[in-house]
Amino acid sequence: MSERTPRLVVHGAPFLRQGVTTPALMRDVLIALVPVVGAAFWFFGISALLVVAAAAAGALGTEWLFGARRADGRRRGGSLADYSGALTGVILGLTLPPGLPLWMAFLGGVVAIGLGKLVWGGLGHNLFNPALVGRAFLQAAFPIAVTTWAPPGGPATLLPSNFALPLMAAAELPDAMTAATPLNLMKFGGEATALADLLRGNVAGSAGETSAAVIVLAGLWLAARRAFDWRIPVAMAGSVAALSAAIHAAAPASYPTPWFMLCSGGLLFGAVFMATDPVTSPLAPRAVWLFGLGIGALVVLIRLWGGLPEGVMYAVLLMNAATPLLERAAQPRAFGHRRRLA
Amino acid sequence: MTPLGARTFRHGIHPEEHKEATAHLPVERMPFVERYVLPLSQHAGAAARPVVRAGERVTRGQVVAEPGGFVSTTLHSPVTGRVRALAPRHHPGGRLVDSIEIEADPFATQAPPAAEPIDWRSLSDDEFVASVQRAGLVGMGGAAFPSHVKYKLPEGRRITRLIVNGCECEPFLTADHRLMVERPEAVLRGIEILTTRLGADEAVIGVELNKPDAVEILEAVLAARGGRVSSSDGGGVPVRVAPLKVKYPQGAEKMLIEALFGLEVPAGKLPLDFGMVVNNVGTMAALADWFDRGIPLIERLVTVAGPGVKRPANLLVPVGTPVRAVLEHCGGLDAETREVVMGGPMMGTPLASLDVPVLKGTSGLLAFTEASTRMPVEYTCIRCGRCVEACPQVLNPSRLARLSRAGRFEEMEAWNALDCVECGSCSFACPSGIPIVQLIRVAKSAIRDGKQRQKAAS
Repeated sequence: MSERTPRLVVHGAPFLRQGVTTPALMRDVLIALVPVVGAAFWFFGISALLVVAAAAAGALGTEWLFGARRADGRRRGGSLADYSGALTGVILGLTLPPGLPLWMAFLGGVVAIGLGKLVWGGLGHNLFNPALVGRAFLQAAFPIAVTTWAPPGGPATLLPSNFALPLMAAAELPDAMTAATPLNLMKFGGEATALADLLRGNVAGSAGETSAAVIVLAGLWLAARRAFDWRIPVAMAGSVAALSAAIHAAAPASYPTPWFMLCSGGLLFGAVFMATDPVTSPLAPRAVWLFGLGIGALVVLIRLWGGLPEGVMYAVLLMNAATPLLERAAQPRAFGHRRRLA
Repeated sequence: MTPLGARTFRHGIHPEEHKEATAHLPVERMPFVERYVLPLSQHAGAAARPVVRAGERVTRGQVVAEPGGFVSTTLHSPVTGRVRALAPRHHPGGRLVDSIEIEADPFATQAPPAAEPIDWRSLSDDEFVASVQRAGLVGMGGAAFPSHVKYKLPEGRRITRLIVNGCECEPFLTADHRLMVERPEAVLRGIEILTTRLGADEAVIGVELNKPDAVEILEAVLAARGGRVSSSDGGGVPVRVAPLKVKYPQGAEKMLIEALFGLEVPAGKLPLDFGMVVNNVGTMAALADWFDRGIPLIERLVTVAGPGVKRPANLLVPVGTPVRAVLEHCGGLDAETREVVMGGPMMGTPLASLDVPVLKGTSGLLAFTEASTRMPVEYTCIRCGRCVEACPQVLNPSRLARLSRAGRFEEMEAWNALDCVECGSCSFACPSGIPIVQLIRVAKSAIRDGKQRQKAAS
């Protein structure tokens, strides 16, 4: 050995790593989204795939153009490698109505990455969930298109409204198919949708949110892989269930059952795929519980007493804003210290 | 029988253990080599002062350097031979440190120093402490804190519990494991000496459950003695083995106390404030060797392992042996080796050169190949919280790392940065490959330097 000592390098300890990387975590969530995209295709057909693709294209294009460069500093696209841009695009696409004009979905992707993430400094620095920033932008800019829901038409569905172009005159616009979502039916007609339909997902709604069963399975897989903080969906679903159960018990005729509240709209999709975004949720375990509980409470408030039928988006965004505050208020007590840090 | 059940502390991590390559290998003696280097600073505290001159003949076990203060200890020659030089030599930490270089006498028998057992029961407390310092004993777990300092109790303080650390929670390392399996009597003898001298009411040996044979053997030897070691009043001090769940860093003093008794030693306090002393199993055996056989700390158990080592082993190595010689004895390094680490893989020191000596605190020599130690690509923090759940001190490593990058060291102090034990669990757990523990280390030394400057200025 003395004649041939290997060249040694020197790093700082520790020399072992867990082996899970940030891109792998993001990739896990993308994998968990595959069955959700599959369900979207099953119920809303090619249209759903096109909307998801358009949103992802907007997100990835923006990430490529304005995101961090590669390690060589010259070529674009360095930050595409962490998969977070793709993830934002796909999640955004799945929160949109399947009949949405594709250019709007694309624009939503651009805004999600541009205003939702990159202006803050890129991955890890944004305060709000980027996909929801894109969704909120679309809701503000195109309130009608974003609330025009097509009925589930099966895998062959291709909606003409997808191909509307910007600045088209009203007469030129392709006809949109419309149907009421379960939340609309409840809010404006007091009519409950059968739970079996909510679990399967053959109801009107955003492309990826309708099949409760698929989303729950995807969430269980992510929890088993420890790819996200399971406390968030548990706290969120728990507070929605508890609050709506209490309210339903008080006035069963006017308020929906907790099962309906849990399985309708974007609640489960939001709980599994949006509230769990690590960047925009708290770190400290107690703060995480408060974060999830807060979202659930806001969803119940908005849905039952607000002007909108659905409240998951604003509930998550509001709690995103409260995250730094929660973080300050709910630091864990350090080992060997009596008092918590405030 | 497990009187306490398997307990553990909160948080922490579960790295792969990698102990299978050496856990079953009996300890072998490292042969003597030509040259030994004893850095005068190889323990926490002041450097030792040499008491030999270049060219002087020394025998194995002879004192070659006296303690440089109370928090310092004695150095002994590991071999019979001649002092070649008193000069700066490379220390495993990377710096040049004043050292004593000794050339072994190729014709000497290298028999252990013949000495009478010391009648430790008749010593006064101060004489006992001085004797331990004379033996050159340091904590064998890695930090190399001079042991006698722990045995010098402030006026009016009493030790009620001796906690013996047999966790060996660092992956790869199996030296303590082998010691417990092969020399349980020596461990118990050390416990007998120490509990008697400190007047402790009981002793608890904490052993992680990945060493079932060690638990079994210790319990069997204890059972044969009625679960006690004898004490000065003839009554005997109860000793028990506490099996612990496998988790890193359970061997950290305060984590071990939490695991055993559910007690959180407050920040800024010592186990001593709760009547406890924590010592490594290796230190127990070293105490027995000194008081029963007069052998000072001139050799120690070292695990040589890792994917780059051809023949992994548990070796009894004379202190001062060059790392290169130890690795050669183990068949040399694989050509793929890229990094050699002294100590465990979580807290050890990377070596820039193999021409540095094994120290009193060297628990392992690990060789890693490129694939096994490649540093991860770094991404930004995504606030996943894995570091928070890993940190045994329940700090917020994510925030500390961010503040450290921004140079906001003072703020970090308010976030308890100085409580960090540098166990590396945060860096281990981080999916973004952020060198969290390094960032905190930098800040800690900056905070300490700032404090010293303030002191000097006032």
